Amino acid sequence: MTQIVRTPHEGPRAASAKRPGRSAVSRRSVTLITGCVLSGMILLLALVSLFWTPYAPDDTSGGRLTGPGAGHLLGTDKLGRDLFTQLMTGSRIAVEAGLGSVLIAAVAGVTLGVLAAFAQGWLDDTLSAFLDILIAFPTLLLAMLIVAARSATLGSAVLAIGLAQSAVVARVVRILVKRVLAQDYITAARTSGTSWPRIVAGHVLPNIWPTLVVNLALQFGLAVLAEAGLSYLGLGAPPPNASWGRMLQEAQATFTTAPAGALAPGVLLVLLVIGVNLVADGLRDTLDPATGRRRS
Amino acid sequence: MTLLDIRGLTIRTTDGHTLVDDLSLTIAGGERRGLIGESGSGKSLTTLAVLGLLPDGMTATGSIELAGTQIVGAREKHLTRVRGTDAAIVFQEPLTALDPLMRVGRQIAEPLARRRGLKGAELQRAVARALEQVRLPEPDRIARAFPHEISGGQRQRVALAMALACEPKLLIADEPTTALDVSVQADMLDLIDTLVRERDMAVLFVSHDLAVVARVTDRVLVMKDGRAVEEGDVREIVRRPREEYTAALVASARRLESALDTRRAR
Ligand SMILES: Nc1ncnc2c1ncn2[C@@H]1O[C@H](COP(=O)(O)OP(=O)(O)O)[C@@H](O)[C@H]1O
Ligand SMILES: [Mg+2]
Repeated sequence: MTQIVRTPHEGPRAASAKRPGRSAVSRRSVTLITGCVLSGMILLLALVSLFWTPYAPDDTSGGRLTGPGAGHLLGTDKLGRDLFTQLMTGSRIAVEAGLGSVLIAAVAGVTLGVLAAFAQGWLDDTLSAFLDILIAFPTLLLAMLIVAARSATLGSAVLAIGLAQSAVVARVVRILVKRVLAQDYITAARTSGTSWPRIVAGHVLPNIWPTLVVNLALQFGLAVLAEAGLSYLGLGAPPPNASWGRMLQEAQATFTTAPAGALAPGVLLVLLVIGVNLVADGLRDTLDPATGRRRS
Repeated sequence: MTLLDIRGLTIRTTDGHTLVDDLSLTIAGGERRGLIGESGSGKSLTTLAVLGLLPDGMTATGSIELAGTQIVGAREKHLTRVRGTDAAIVFQEPLTALDPLMRVGRQIAEPLARRRGLKGAELQRAVARALEQVRLPEPDRIARAFPHEISGGQRQRVALAMALACEPKLLIADEPTTALDVSVQADMLDLIDTLVRERDMAVLFVSHDLAVVARVTDRVLVMKDGRAVEEGDVREIVRRPREEYTAALVASARRLESALDTRRAR
């Protein structure tokens, strides 16, 4: 009983009020801070690229495949474009892809998940089956369908990734909401005549929020990877918007002679994904009472 | 005047188990009624059914009339109107009965704002008054606290304040002292007793402990395995239990009393 009750009803404040030992606190904050620094660096690159890049993204005046040096920090690609400039716009695209997908996944996923949690009988079965199918459906196939219907843009990729992720989020939300709904404080709220919409807004959503935030942070990392994968296959943002995935693909042929072109976007991709995952981990430990309490 | 009229209440699960079987019980306005029985005898389900709050997958048949409203088969919309004003429940476990992420004051303010349309400073005063009425010291501090920041006894008082916020005609107390420290159980019982008398409210007091029920109520209904076993005046039942099962409940309550007495005597 206490096992089940624990997750939803003890909140972040409960966890922090228990004053966990020093080492637990510092390990948590090290994880969180490292994650914030890593993803913050890339976020900064992305923000700066909105106003300034060393060269224009389609400026090919640099000479083909020059090595790292004074004029070009990381050298140029096979068309003579500045690599660092491309990395910066790539950061922006990665962040946009992550944010866009997570936004879609959050809005659609939470709505579907809450509905599914309240659904009963055949509607519950239908919704669950629908979510299972959507989860099993390959994101790649979904992306190809959407690209075929629209065109290969960042928006198409984000739509495909966001839709695929909303099914995952919806399934998590459905379980979380069901768990909160079984709590006495929900019955107590109903006892005093609170309507369902108010209960969802006032009690259910705040109580699933800590766990949901962690999940969404993880989805952000996955979305960045998925977008890189899609644009590697030419299903992402079209040129001249350099995306890391396409940079990798374009630099693949010249990897032995000019490794920087493939290494740099690869490294940034890994750093961002690791950074976001560390943030998610750090958040889980500070926000999610289940682990927070066990460690304290 | 009959406030609650339960007739032939039967509660079944979807897979066909009968958890409460043909239970009848009437409570008049201002009456104080006890419901006792061993754990698992269906007391909590009966109280939840009175407000149409049965868990998913359980169905009630029979008739429950609460202040003139038929509860069995009623729509959620009608039930929302009845809950809190005609009857309210205090649950056994005060920690889980309060939202851990919401300040205590806001949880009490919710029904007050909705039902009485109070706002701003007026609402704040009403919240403080509600907390004072359940004898909580420093109501302003408690209103700003989260549930985990106050003691178990204080939480149960807050839950009681929430239940009383809309001045229900019937207060249902489902083992309200069972989860509390022994040291505060008596205070809680006295508080409920006093408040119910002051407001001339009817009360349905549920417990597995006859000694507790005897303190607050006049008549009791004894339940076993979802059925009513016997019903009568508390003193009468304690002195001359008709059923063996009731006698066992009386005996265990006596043992508790005498155990307490010997401890006091030392
Ligand atoms: N949500 C539920 N689902 C299935 N069975 C339940 C549920 N709640 C209670 N029961 C069963 O109903 C019976 C009566 O429970 P309850 O009313 O809680 O008893 P009491 O309050 O008298 O201890 C018990 O046998 C219990 O196992
Ligand atoms: Mg019970």
